[in-house]
Amino acid sequence: MIEIKNLHKSYPIGKDKLHVLKGLNLSIKEGEFVSIMGSSGSGKSTLLNILGLLDEHDEGEYILNGQVIQKLNEKKAAILRNKFLGFVFQSFNLINYKTALENVSLPLYYSGVGRKERQKIAMEYLEKVELGAWANHLPSEMSGGQKQRVAIARALVTQPKVILADEPTGALDSATSSAVMQILKDINKEGMTILVITHEEDIAEQTKRIVRLKDGIIMSDELQLQNA
Amino acid sequence: MIKFLFDRDTWQEIYSSIRKNKLRTAITIIGVMWGIFLLVVLLGAARGMGNKFDTIFGNFATNSVFIWGQRTSMPFMGFQEGKQVQLKRSDVDKIKEEVKGIEYILPRNITNALVVNDIKTITTGIFGDYPLLDLLQKKHMVFGRFINENDIIHKKKVCVIENDTYKQLFDKGVNPIGSHVIINDISYQVVGLYKDKMRMGGPQGGIHIPFTTFQQVYNQADNIGWLMVTASEGFEIRQMEEDIKLMLRNLHDIHPNDERAFGSFNLGDQIEKVTGFLKGMQFLTWFVGIATLIAGVFAIGNILLITVKERTNEIGIRRALGAKPAEIRRQIILESIFLTTIAGVLGIIFGGLILMVINSLVGQGEDATLVNPTVDIPVILIAFATLVTLGTLIGLIPAQRAVSIRPIEALREE
Repeated sequence: MIEIKNLHKSYPIGKDKLHVLKGLNLSIKEGEFVSIMGSSGSGKSTLLNILGLLDEHDEGEYILNGQVIQKLNEKKAAILRNKFLGFVFQSFNLINYKTALENVSLPLYYSGVGRKERQKIAMEYLEKVELGAWANHLPSEMSGGQKQRVAIARALVTQPKVILADEPTGALDSATSSAVMQILKDINKEGMTILVITHEEDIAEQTKRIVRLKDGIIMSDELQLQNA
Repeated sequence: MIKFLFDRDTWQEIYSSIRKNKLRTAITIIGVMWGIFLLVVLLGAARGMGNKFDTIFGNFATNSVFIWGQRTSMPFMGFQEGKQVQLKRSDVDKIKEEVKGIEYILPRNITNALVVNDIKTITTGIFGDYPLLDLLQKKHMVFGRFINENDIIHKKKVCVIENDTYKQLFDKGVNPIGSHVIINDISYQVVGLYKDKMRMGGPQGGIHIPFTTFQQVYNQADNIGWLMVTASEGFEIRQMEEDIKLMLRNLHDIHPNDERAFGSFNLGDQIEKVTGFLKGMQFLTWFVGIATLIAGVFAIGNILLITVKERTNEIGIRRALGAKPAEIRRQIILESIFLTTIAGVLGIIFGGLILMVINSLVGQGEDATLVNPTVDIPVILIAFATLVTLGTLIGLIPAQRAVSIRPIEALREE
């Protein structure tokens, strides 16, 4: 599903360059549930941005769902994001003047699904995260856990190939954290490939595979057999 | 694109983003509205003023010239300079014979006299006139009639009074027809009362008596005060003015180059000045109106830029969810078009209402200051189309800004 080979990325800082990713190799197959761990500055967010087509890599190869990603223009990137990727952010990133249902149906709007169809599908996914009753509520009327569940429904609604979750529990207390993780585990069971970025050990331990990053290099890559 | 325009979601997006910023949207709309409102009202007022001038000039033969005798400034044929030149009744017939293209030629006389009605006494201008004057300078009769041929033939002691003079001589509301006024100890019967709409082209007002009566009473013999000449269609009044003056110099033994011997006043020249002024005003109207419009449109662009800045995070989310740059761009351009359209329509409606109010207050009747202040529909459509085009163009700036921010940076913005 995801193949990266010798991936490099650096950011210019004044005259100098900050070398963030120093030749990463990683292969994630369909149906995997992977967490990428590392302290801040380890390059994990940069990696996620590149994987999420929000940023471009400098060197190396990135193959997403069999497609080589190279020098994409914004339009192509947008189409690929819409088709293959679902995002879950730490700060939820819901549009605050849209209701839960509208937020969930937004990716379908951009993939050209008709209005009625869109609302029907969005409702299905809201019910899947047990928020059917909250369909017409604005994000400001919901708790953090509810908002993140809306965001997960939104990530799932286009039936993407991969879910990219950037610190999905970072803004949640431990009880809601485990509820959110439970949802992620459930959808993984249904066959969805999930990539979670986190710096919390107990979150990483709930996934099936942990990749540890440090200073732009993969330190370890181990399967969690107890979760398999 | 068409599908996009009629898509309910498109409008929902615009509605929600506008609803989010009610005050700012309202202020922006008012800015543009003010521009087109000013344009409509100013154009309407300019048109009303033009109409007003038209109705005034409509009462005058605009291709007319007045000529009178002065003193010579050059010695000629044994005469010293400074000879008083006196126009004669015979000049009229000769000019009529010789100069081509004369439509009317009208001699007039004037003197000042003491006029008495009962105990009211005033000094005013007394004119000796032919009926033709009514044709060249329309006399709006309030009562009675103007001087007629019969008066001329029989040298009748009748007179026609102008309204202002009437007010000084008579009590308010009295019908003067049939009563008598005494001018230089001679009694005249009042046969008509008229109102001057606007005074221009020589002395006016006062009291008119038949030309022949004037000649007899004031011992004028063949003398005339001044000439009024109008040109037929297709003849240049200025050339005619020169021809007549040259001919008159010849008739009166005056040096052919003596420009001062005859004075003249060309009404066409004066009217040209006024219409030139009107044109200038119309230009100014357009200039001010369009400048205000542009300022308003820039305000919209500015507001949208701020909106885009504030919505950076939202735009980032949308792009992460798969919005193509073109989709973001047209959304913002459409917002700009929508705002300018609403503002334009409102401005035109309010402008029209104000013109209606002006029209009903000062636009109708005899003394209207602005006659029928209106704006042509095509003019409105052009202004409106310009506005919407400008709105589209200005929308391009924030739209470009919105898509030039990389989604990752946009997402970082909280």
